[in-house]
Amino acid sequence: LAADRLDESSWEEIEDILITADVGVTSAAQIVENLRTKVKVLGTRTPDDVRELLRAELLAQIGTDRDRTVHTEQHAGGPAVVLIVGVNGTGKTTTAGKLARVLVGDGRSVVLGAADTFRAAAADQLETWGSRVGAPVVRRDEGADPASVAFEAVARGMDDRADTVIVDTAGRLHTKTGLMDELGKVKRVVEKKSSVDDVLLVLDATTGQNGLRQARVFAEAVDVSGIVLTKLDGTAKGGIVVQVQRELGVPVKLVGLGEGPDDLAPFDPEGFVDALLENVE
Amino acid sequence: MFETLSDRLTSVFTSLRGKGRLSEEDIDTTAREIRLALLEADVALPVVRAFIARIKERAQGAEVSKALNPAQQVIKIVNDELIDILGGETRELRFAKNPPTVIMLAGLQGSGKTTLAGKLGRWLAAERNTPLLVAADLQRPNAVTQLQVVGERAEVPVFAPEPGNGVGDPVEVARASVEQAEHNNHNVVIIDTAGRLGVDSEMMQQAADIRDAVTPDEILFVVDAMIGQDAVNTAQSFLDGVGYDAVALTKLDGDARGGAALSIRHITGRPIMFASTGEKLDDFTLFHPDRMASRILDM
Ligand SMILES: Nc1nc2c(ncn2[C@@H]2O[C@H](COP(=O)(O)OP(=O)(O)OP(=O)(O)O)[C@@H](O)[C@H]2O)c(=O)[nH]1
Ligand SMILES: Nc1nc2c(ncn2[C@@H]2O[C@H](COP(=O)(O)OP(=O)(O)OP(=O)(O)O)[C@@H](O)[C@H]2O)c(=O)[nH]1
Ligand SMILES: [K+]
Ligand SMILES: [Mg+2]
Ligand SMILES: [Mg+2]
Repeated sequence: LAADRLDESSWEEIEDILITADVGVTSAAQIVENLRTKVKVLGTRTPDDVRELLRAELLAQIGTDRDRTVHTEQHAGGPAVVLIVGVNGTGKTTTAGKLARVLVGDGRSVVLGAADTFRAAAADQLETWGSRVGAPVVRRDEGADPASVAFEAVARGMDDRADTVIVDTAGRLHTKTGLMDELGKVKRVVEKKSSVDDVLLVLDATTGQNGLRQARVFAEAVDVSGIVLTKLDGTAKGGIVVQVQRELGVPVKLVGLGEGPDDLAPFDPEGFVDALLENVE
Repeated sequence: MFETLSDRLTSVFTSLRGKGRLSEEDIDTTAREIRLALLEADVALPVVRAFIARIKERAQGAEVSKALNPAQQVIKIVNDELIDILGGETRELRFAKNPPTVIMLAGLQGSGKTTLAGKLGRWLAAERNTPLLVAADLQRPNAVTQLQVVGERAEVPVFAPEPGNGVGDPVEVARASVEQAEHNNHNVVIIDTAGRLGVDSEMMQQAADIRDAVTPDEILFVVDAMIGQDAVNTAQSFLDGVGYDAVALTKLDGDARGGAALSIRHITGRPIMFASTGEKLDDFTLFHPDRMASRILDM
C-alpha cells in the first residue's frame, strides 16, 4: 500500500495477501469488498488507516471476546475429559503431550489415553510423551477397540482422582465414513462414564482450503468445541481458521509452535492477525 | 457443493453457441472462473497468474471448433496445459549402475515420509528388489519404532542401529546403512528422515549432511496433498536446502483437490513420481498427470 491513494492494484494486493495466507479466494474477496465499502463511507483514507481497518475486519471475523479456555478442570463428575481429533499427521499426539505438560507443570494430574490403536507405534509415541511430561498412559495392544481404550483411560482417571484425562485418537480423513463413525463411537462410549468437556480438532497451519471441509465433518461427527492450530512456527499463516471460525463458530484455543514440550500457546487473535498481515506495507 | 468448473464455464458460454471465436470479454470471464477454480484447489497464487496468462493467450488464438462447444473447447485447453505442466508421462525410478540405489525421503512434519518408506519398500520388494529401510529420524518420539513396525508389516528389513528419541547421529546412521546394504546385498536403501520446516536452517543443514554422506540416486520430497498456499515457500526451501529429484504426493485418498501438485511442479520443475492414497501399505501408485488434472479442475 505504497501509494497515498488507493487504486485497484492496492486492493488487489490486499486480496492477494489474504489468499496467500489461505484465507480463501471467496473470503478474501468478501473482506476486501467490506473494506472498500467502509473506506467509501468513512471518506478518503490513508494506507495506514486502511491497514487498521483491515486488521479490525479480520479481528471481528475471528472474534476477540470469545471464550478460548480449554476445559481441563476437575468437576463433580470426576476428571475433565479432553478428546483430541483430526486428520492424519496434523499433530494430535504431540498436542496431547504438550497439553499434559502444561497441566502437570501447573501442579495437576493427567492421564493420557492412547486411543490410536491403528498407526504404527502410535501408543509408543504417546508413552514417550507421557514419561517426558510425567503423565501415566493407558494403552492396549495394536488393533484394540479405540473406544474401550478411551473408556479405560477415563476410568483410570476417575480411580486416580486425576484432574484431566486427555484422549489421543488416530488420524483419519474426514471423508472416511467408517472411521468417522468409529470416532463418534469413541465419544459416545466415554460419555457413558463421564462428560466430554472439550473436543479439540487439530488443524495443521499448512492446510489449504481442505481445512474447512475437515472442520465441517469433524464438527458434525463429534461436536468439536475448539481448534488447535499447529505448525505455526513455519511460514504458513493458517488463514483457513478465519473461515472455520466464521462458518462454524468454533474458536481456535491453542496454537502449536514447535515440536518441543513447551511449544504450545493460547491462541492470540491479535498476534495471529498481525502475522497474517505482516506483508502488508 | 461447489459447481464444477465445467458447469460454470458451460453457463458462461450458453450464449455463445454459433460464434466462431471467443471475444475479449468472453475470455476475461472465462479467466476469472478458471482463476477461482484453481485457487479453490489450492494452486499457488503466482502459479495461477502464470497459468491464466498462458490460457488467455491460447484461448485468443483458438477457433471454436464444430465438434466442441466453447466451454468444452476452453476446458480442453486448460486440461492440456495442466497435464503439460504436471509432466506428460509418468516418471520412473532411477536405479544406480552400482547398487545399492539410495533413495532419501524429505519433507515437512507429518507429511507421510515414514509410511511412504514402507510402501516404497514393499512395492520394490514385489518387483524382486531387496530393499533396506533406514531409520534416520532420531528425533520424533518413536519414529524409529514406527519404522520398525512399518518394516515388519511390509516384510522389509529395517536398519535401526540407534534408538532415536534424541539419541544418535542421523548422518552416521545413513552412512552406515549404505555399507550395511553392500554387505547384505540390499540393492535399494530407503532413508527415512525427520520432518523439518523450510525455515529451520539447522535441520535443513542436517538433511544436506545426510545427502552428502550417501549421495542419493533419488531424493524424494514428500508432500501432503492438503497443503495450501505455503506449498510455494516449502517446495522452494527444500529445493534450496537439500534439493530433490521428484515429488511424492500423499493423502490423495481424501477430498483435497491437490493444487500443490501443479504448484510445486510449476515452481521447481520437479516431476511428481508417486501418489500415496491411504494409510495401508498397498495404497500407493505411480503418479498419473491426467488424473490429477481433472481432479484439480473438479471435472
Ligand atoms: N514444527 C512443528 N511440528 C509439529 C507441531 N506439532 C506437531 N509437530 C510435528 O508433526 C509431526 C506429526 O505430529 P503427531 O503428533 O505425530 O501428529 P498426529 O496428528 O498425532 O499424527 P497421526 O496420529 O499419525 O495422525 C511430528 O513430527 C511432530 O513433531 C508444531 O506445532 N510445530
Ligand atoms: N489417509 C492417508 N494417511 C496417510 C497417507 N500417508 C501417510 N498417512 C498417515 O499420515 C500420518 C503421518 O504419516 P507419517 O508417515 O508418520 O509421516 P511422517 O512424514 O513420517 O511424519 P514425521 O516423521 O512426524 O515428520 C500417519 O497417520 C499416516 O498413517 C495417505 O496417503 N493417506
Ligand atoms: K507462521
Ligand atoms: Mg498421533
Ligand atoms: Mg516419520
